[in-house]
Amino acid sequence: MRITFKIWRQNGPDDRGEFRNYKVDGLTQDMSFLEALDHLNESLVLQKKEVISFEHDCREGICGQCGIFINGRAHGPHDRTTTCQLHMRSFNDGDTITVEPWRAKAFPVIKDLIVDRSAFDRIMIEGAFISAKTGTAPEANSILIPKDEADKAMDAAACIGCGACVAACKNASASLFTAAKINHLNSLPQGKPEQQMRISRIVKQMESEGFGGCSFSGACEVECPEGISIANIAEMHNQYIKTQLFG
Amino acid sequence: MMLDSKIPEGRLEDKWKNYQAGARLINPANKKKLSVIVVGTGLAGAGAASTLAELGYDIKCFCYQDSPRRAHSVAAQGGINAAKNYQHDGDSVWRMFYDTLKGGDFRAREANVYRLAELSAPLIDHYVQQGVPFAREYGGVLANRSFGGVQVQRTFYARGQTGQQLLLAAYAQLNKMIGAKKVKMYTRHEMIDLVVVEGKAKGIIARDLKGGELKSFAADAVVLATGGYSRVFRLSTLAIGCNGSAIWKAHKKGAHFAAPSFTQIHPTALPQTSKSQSKLTLMSESLRNDGRIWVPLKKEDPRPPAEIPENERDYYLERRYPTFGNLAPRDIASRAAKERIDAGFGVGKMKNAVYLDFKHAIEKQGLETIRDRYGNLFRMYEKITGINAYQSPMEISPAAHFSMGGLWVDYELMTTVEGLYAIGECNFSDHGANRLGANSLLQASVDGYFILPNTINNYLAKVIKDEKVSENHPAFNEALEGVRRHLDQLINVKGNKTVDHFHRELGAIMWQECAMSRNKSGLDKALGEIKQLKNEFWKNVSVTGSVNSLNTELEKAYRLADFLELGLLMCQDALDREESCGAHFREEYQTSEGEAKRSDSEFTYVSAYSYNEGNFTLYKEPIKFEFVQPVERSYK
Repeated sequence: MRITFKIWRQNGPDDRGEFRNYKVDGLTQDMSFLEALDHLNESLVLQKKEVISFEHDCREGICGQCGIFINGRAHGPHDRTTTCQLHMRSFNDGDTITVEPWRAKAFPVIKDLIVDRSAFDRIMIEGAFISAKTGTAPEANSILIPKDEADKAMDAAACIGCGACVAACKNASASLFTAAKINHLNSLPQGKPEQQMRISRIVKQMESEGFGGCSFSGACEVECPEGISIANIAEMHNQYIKTQLFG
Repeated sequence: MMLDSKIPEGRLEDKWKNYQAGARLINPANKKKLSVIVVGTGLAGAGAASTLAELGYDIKCFCYQDSPRRAHSVAAQGGINAAKNYQHDGDSVWRMFYDTLKGGDFRAREANVYRLAELSAPLIDHYVQQGVPFAREYGGVLANRSFGGVQVQRTFYARGQTGQQLLLAAYAQLNKMIGAKKVKMYTRHEMIDLVVVEGKAKGIIARDLKGGELKSFAADAVVLATGGYSRVFRLSTLAIGCNGSAIWKAHKKGAHFAAPSFTQIHPTALPQTSKSQSKLTLMSESLRNDGRIWVPLKKEDPRPPAEIPENERDYYLERRYPTFGNLAPRDIASRAAKERIDAGFGVGKMKNAVYLDFKHAIEKQGLETIRDRYGNLFRMYEKITGINAYQSPMEISPAAHFSMGGLWVDYELMTTVEGLYAIGECNFSDHGANRLGANSLLQASVDGYFILPNTINNYLAKVIKDEKVSENHPAFNEALEGVRRHLDQLINVKGNKTVDHFHRELGAIMWQECAMSRNKSGLDKALGEIKQLKNEFWKNVSVTGSVNSLNTELEKAYRLADFLELGLLMCQDALDREESCGAHFREEYQTSEGEAKRSDSEFTYVSAYSYNEGNFTLYKEPIKFEFVQPVERSYK
């Protein structure tokens, strides 16, 4: 396959950045999209040029480290997938593919396609935990949780923290990410004692990081690799209002 | 130097209690004055960092990723074992201990393995309390499934994302302590050297990956929780960033490296389909609960699998190991697959795979049940291969996976460098020559949450009286200079070949000669080839960009430079051990049926190597069996 990559290059947070075109030959349909970038980078090294910086790690769709805006969509042309699980068979020979970093005020570009998502960590630090110390746990089966409740918590807990929801949202809202974590913990009996403090603090941190409000467009749900439902956002708003009104 | 494993006295079931009763303690006010560095934020690292912080220590924690939540524990799919006996199927701590010891082909310490089994049940309590949404039955109790090498159901799971869910719990607990300002977290920081002062570990040099700055960090003890090194094979189930550099630097500074050649080849990964491939995706062992493995009886059968009738299929695991069948342990299942593939019965594009078939399970239990158990795995399979595995069998193949080997540690998880600990996959400890499925999350967690926080006091109570070492100590400067020279040297080679080129070459040698099947002449050849490759690397590698900036090529280059040395030690160890045990299969030592043949009289020891300027010196820690007698490991 022969592909033209139109890739965002930005040499640091203060650089203006620009698109550059790279014509790449010798790709195959079996290659993953990231392997195609590896291939391009190897050719850049042989031309004594600096490689394109991009993030990736597990390359099996679970660590959440990869995240590239491809042809105007977070993680590329398919719903419910990560960049590392995208394969070149999704493109045609001769295509031009536009490759950009996540674009959001709260995710400043570090270099090329790498952005700083530490805002997500700071949201979690505010209260996405159960404050029980190691060594204090009761017998596991003393807490009974009906299967459907456990399944629902798991649906929300599946978030991989990639940031596609933010990148896809026209408001760059982190509502889906934040709601998923709140609902995972607040829906379980272990999370109940701290639920009000958790939601208040987490939402406050989310707002202070420069993410926008929910756009109600549903774009996040489409791009979420784990298919986390937008209903989580409604649930978060519901709980948040109750907490603010009735404490 | 004698290797003292420090196994406590007493009956097997009393040893851990006896140890705890005798270990030194530190009062809460004094704990605040002590600092500990934890490198790595997987289950072991995050568990240790958060628990030590809860106890009152001042913690600095490091990871190379952009967030602690990316550590590779995240990718474990199938589950975590615990001797809860919730299924009332005859499980017990003793049985789990025995299964693990036997699974490791009697090449691990009894006391360590018993402690692992003993602490498994409270660990499940811990994770449930932390909010892990484990799978449950309709009545609300926890559900279980089976894994390879056992006949009970003791595996707890959260769909096919158990590692992710446990890691998120560990990450949450770590976040709690970061918020409490008891842990200072350094993301995008990679440990690049260990600092030893008067024989004691006193800090690390880390590289800030964002700008390339080298920084010194001093502490009273250093804990490595840096995971496995199977990326030495290049193609593996590991994350691309996983590396052996932290433990290799520690090894060069005096920590013995144990059982380096014991690496597990996982039987059920997706096969390699092209040369440019960077990664082999794992398909969880839990699939073998319901999937049946087979190859066609006829060589190079051109028919699609659905058209091959039952009587023309060879369910070779069920045929060779009727008692355990498709749930034979990993080393055995991998070797059996290799045997069929090498004999010409492989399937798939490169004839390097076997079928894993769910047809019977779907017929018997219904599509919904199978979807509920493995839905995300089937979805992942389809994304990568484009094939719907509900309709036709998966194609799977063995792939490099877990490192049983790692830094030598004693019962306290301390290495041969005082004050340096290794926890989780980066130590050699509990799995012997082969790890059982769902014991990896367990060992990492137990090391981090329960063992280290009980043993590190015993050392820190001694050094609290020592004079504090700060970052201004000359040893830090010396280490910094060494690192600077090393990186400059790498970037100034300015050769004509890429880092990936050298990694592919190393991987090919290691996979050919030091993976599922090994022999003397092959290992001798590999040693020569790796030495040559290492020379060529330092003469002809090309690393573009600069040392003082974010440079992903440079990161790959310095990790590979260490893998080239580690590969030599792995081959050396595989050559030294003239027996077959677990994952270490020497072709010269096998039974008439092609099974591994141990030599207990000569090799019942842990091999531990000192670096010795690259001329590795072998030390032997005899493994003593007081409570069980090693038997021939049979799953027939």
